[in-house]
Amino acid sequence: MADYDTTPAVLDRAGLAALVRVLAGRGRTVVGPTVRDGAIVLAELDSADQLPWGWGTELEAGRYRLRRRDDEAGFAHSAGPQSWKTFLHPARERQWSADRDPDGQLTIVPDRPEQPAYAFLGVRPCDLRAIAIQDRVLAGGHFADDGYRTRRSGAFLIALECTEPGGTCFCVSMGSGPGVEAGYDLALTEVLDDDGHRFLIRAGSPEGAEVLAELSTDRADEATVTTARTTVAAAAEHMGRAMPPMDLRALMGDSLDAERWDDVAARCLSCGNCTLVCPTCFCTTTEEITDLTGDHAERWQSWDTCFDLDFSLLHGGPVRSSTRSRYRQWLTHKLGTWHEQFGSSGCVGCGRCLVWCPVGIDITEEVAALAEEATS
Amino acid sequence: MTPKLAVFKLASCDGCQLTLLDCEDELLTLAGKVDIAHFLEASSAVGPGPYDLTLVEGSVTTAADAERIRRIRAESKHLVTIGACATAGGIQALRNFADVAEFRSVVYARPDYIDTLATSTPVSAHVDVDFELRGCPIDRGQLLEVITAFLAGRKPQIPDHSVCFACKQRGTVCVTVAHGTPCLGPVTHAGCGAICPAYGRGCYGCFGPAGTVNLPALIPLLRRDGMDDRDTERFLRTFNATAFAKEAGS
Repeated sequence: MADYDTTPAVLDRAGLAALVRVLAGRGRTVVGPTVRDGAIVLAELDSADQLPWGWGTELEAGRYRLRRRDDEAGFAHSAGPQSWKTFLHPARERQWSADRDPDGQLTIVPDRPEQPAYAFLGVRPCDLRAIAIQDRVLAGGHFADDGYRTRRSGAFLIALECTEPGGTCFCVSMGSGPGVEAGYDLALTEVLDDDGHRFLIRAGSPEGAEVLAELSTDRADEATVTTARTTVAAAAEHMGRAMPPMDLRALMGDSLDAERWDDVAARCLSCGNCTLVCPTCFCTTTEEITDLTGDHAERWQSWDTCFDLDFSLLHGGPVRSSTRSRYRQWLTHKLGTWHEQFGSSGCVGCGRCLVWCPVGIDITEEVAALAEEATS
Repeated sequence: MTPKLAVFKLASCDGCQLTLLDCEDELLTLAGKVDIAHFLEASSAVGPGPYDLTLVEGSVTTAADAERIRRIRAESKHLVTIGACATAGGIQALRNFADVAEFRSVVYARPDYIDTLATSTPVSAHVDVDFELRGCPIDRGQLLEVITAFLAGRKPQIPDHSVCFACKQRGTVCVTVAHGTPCLGPVTHAGCGAICPAYGRGCYGCFGPAGTVNLPALIPLLRRDGMDDRDTERFLRTFNATAFAKEAGS
């Protein structure tokens, strides 16, 4: 038994607006989905009015379109162009700067800016899993990242169960959705039927229960609980895609010499988009820069990807010079060696890599082809 | 000894060397670090070589320039080419796909006044180049990085990857995937900071091909997004026409 109240309650749209106000009032920077530049992006929100009410998405491999919906749903969309790593593990971050005084004395100052206390509104189950995966990589173990750890430990997560998966979603086959069980402060399920537009809300942490208590909510009625449960269960039945039901880790290990890598390399732009939109890809590069005086230097960490030729550059040249070797590295790490390294798969089935691949290379299709090649 | 900096120009519009003057906030510091010995756009006072760092803009389009770049190289310890003309032949390399004699006869009242080569070629086709800085025009920050790295004796931090990296880093929504806009970003060298997609238009490749490029895989997308053969050809034939032509295998 949890030592806080987990009784589900019901919020209407005004209640959701109040939730945003309460979180902001607690000093949190609220981040959630909003419409910008023809997509539903994640951005800092001042109010719940900025949520994508009435907007949906139409997703295919290499294609994303915003669509007006017939209803006023705020969370009936999936796989936007960013993930929460944009906030927890930002694209560029200064690590330290150093100055040399006229006597040649060096002063090195680590960058420890005050980190925002985030509240993430609308974290999908797949993305909740992705955050847990990045936690294992960046918040613990040998490679802990101080900035990440601080932002993450201070973040308040409001999960949003999936009621309308996209054509590119496959969380069910990765075991990460469409419902959530744990790992959140609050969990929401959007319900839209003849009885109105409302949210089933439940707490998953003491702070979540505290926030919920600050809102004027009604105890959830039986009908809302049942509708929420059946809608989420139904969502599991209409995933747009599925990963082949097999031991993917073994398949990756057995496929190192597959011909399929040549096939995918012929289509792959090696542009790196798949890794940059992936909510679990965490690789960074560090660069030291100096200014013209030569007395000031800074170290910056920025996102990198295994599709960059320089990623594997060692003395003498890049280790993975062909697109074949770079795509293989990405996929076999994501689905195979990630297990050895971090104790789980690196894929959560969000579908971003196939949506935001300009040429629409579909991870589920590539794995299916590798599986077929392995058995033929 | 204060290192001597020289700036030379071949066939070009002057925009890239203007980028050096555009470094307004850093110009005084730079002037304190290098002796600007030859930079005609800034001063008619010129000092003799040899130069420690020479920046060259422009392509080779005349026999005289083909000879001149050899002399410049001989006087330069480090030679860095700046901009699409110097690194890829520039827009004037469109002549490489056509008949220059025909152009000359149609355009000029006295074609016999014109003494030009049949092709426009990058500096690297004539002499060894220590570093090529891309762009039409080059990026101010990247130019400063190249000069700063030279002064510190280190390698410049100029990534070889595609514009897509920059779009994703700055959080720009992909114009191809979300809007169906033809974009050369996936095959174009980063460096501009992905300006065009940030304003909702497709990249037009002014930095030339990235380090690893699969141009044939991108062509079907341009077609899908409304470009016919002629549009595609024109899209690829701008400031870095010859470099993209090599990538297209044509």
